[in-house]
Amino acid sequence: MTPVDFEYLRKLLKERSGLDLATDKQYLVESRLTPLARKAGLAGIGGLVQKMKNGAAALTVDVVEAMTTNETFFFRDKTPFDHLRETVIPALLQARAARRSLRIWCAAGSTGQEPYSIAMCLRECGSTLTGWRTEIIATDLSNEVLEKSRAGLYSQFEVQRGLPIQLLIKYFKQVGELWQINPDIRAMIQHRQLNLLQDFSHLGTFDMIFCRNVLIYFDQETKIGVFTRLAKQMEADGFLALGAAETVVGLTDAFKPHPDKRGLYQPNRVRAPSLVPGMPSTKAAVRA
Amino acid sequence: MKTCLIVDDSSVIRKVARRILEGFSFHIVEAEDGEKALEVCRRELPDAVLLDWNMPVMDGYEFLRNLRRMPGGDQPKVVFCTTENDVAHIARALHAGANEYIMKPFDKDIVTAKFQEIGLI
Repeated sequence: MTPVDFEYLRKLLKERSGLDLATDKQYLVESRLTPLARKAGLAGIGGLVQKMKNGAAALTVDVVEAMTTNETFFFRDKTPFDHLRETVIPALLQARAARRSLRIWCAAGSTGQEPYSIAMCLRECGSTLTGWRTEIIATDLSNEVLEKSRAGLYSQFEVQRGLPIQLLIKYFKQVGELWQINPDIRAMIQHRQLNLLQDFSHLGTFDMIFCRNVLIYFDQETKIGVFTRLAKQMEADGFLALGAAETVVGLTDAFKPHPDKRGLYQPNRVRAPSLVPGMPSTKAAVRA
Repeated sequence: MKTCLIVDDSSVIRKVARRILEGFSFHIVEAEDGEKALEVCRRELPDAVLLDWNMPVMDGYEFLRNLRRMPGGDQPKVVFCTTENDVAHIARALHAGANEYIMKPFDKDIVTAKFQEIGLI
């Protein structure tokens, strides 16, 4: 791959998916796009780039999807789901007792393990949520992973990473060598293709947003923009779950960390003056 | 240091599992069938048992039923690790007192996830 081709791909991926590729990630591009080039009958990445420059829109979508990291598994990191069961659901059961509805958004739902883990958590609440309307929206940039999520079919390897065996036999059925999540759990999830870089205000407001292990691939400016827009889609007493290596600290004051629960954040009602648009910054005020 | 008893009639499986679990600082004891595993447990109960189902002399299911009847035999966490990968076998194992279930083939990620699930890692 020539430096020119790499630069073209780097810019395109940044624009289309927010992926912030460092200059030392040429190996990653080569390992993911060489098979795609071969599949398209092209000699290599140079040919792929040329086709894209000539306006091959479908191929461009395939390239963006191939460069997306879809690593996921059931109950990944465990803690966010403990927070959901032990902190978020009890708080929202009280706060939403009058309207009896919950809306949860998986902003990078990938192949479905995260939204289905949430659905199983809700189902395990048993009669506590009887009569409640629960909505789980799973979005992802990639149509391919959303298709897999919709099907809810997983390999033996996939169902053994993070999924307790009791939940496997309770919520899945064996289909040949695969395991399929039961239709009633599948029906709890609404799947939608969505690019986090684009407007998502049409999704409405949520009581909880899972946005885990996706912002790590974005540069600071993009992260801040997404956080700002996520805060607008969040109920004032809602919750945001980020990945273990992610934080809002130092990036935005739209959210504040939960005092006791690592990885859990809530909208910040009291915003620091320096970050409120149109207001003089704290530094400026001190200088004045 | 926690002890894990690996029960499998395949020396290759025992070796692979030993390598993975030693990486998590387990002291490993091995047995090649259920009866030999029971002898080990009569001497000293391990913290965990990684248990094959199909073995000569005494199979894993029979071993588990005997273990759970022993004084203190409800304490070790038992993880089946078997090619019997259908719902009926899994349900039977859980009913007999298994804590987790690994369907072969397995790898380090799966063993790690399952041992984390039962609080041993």
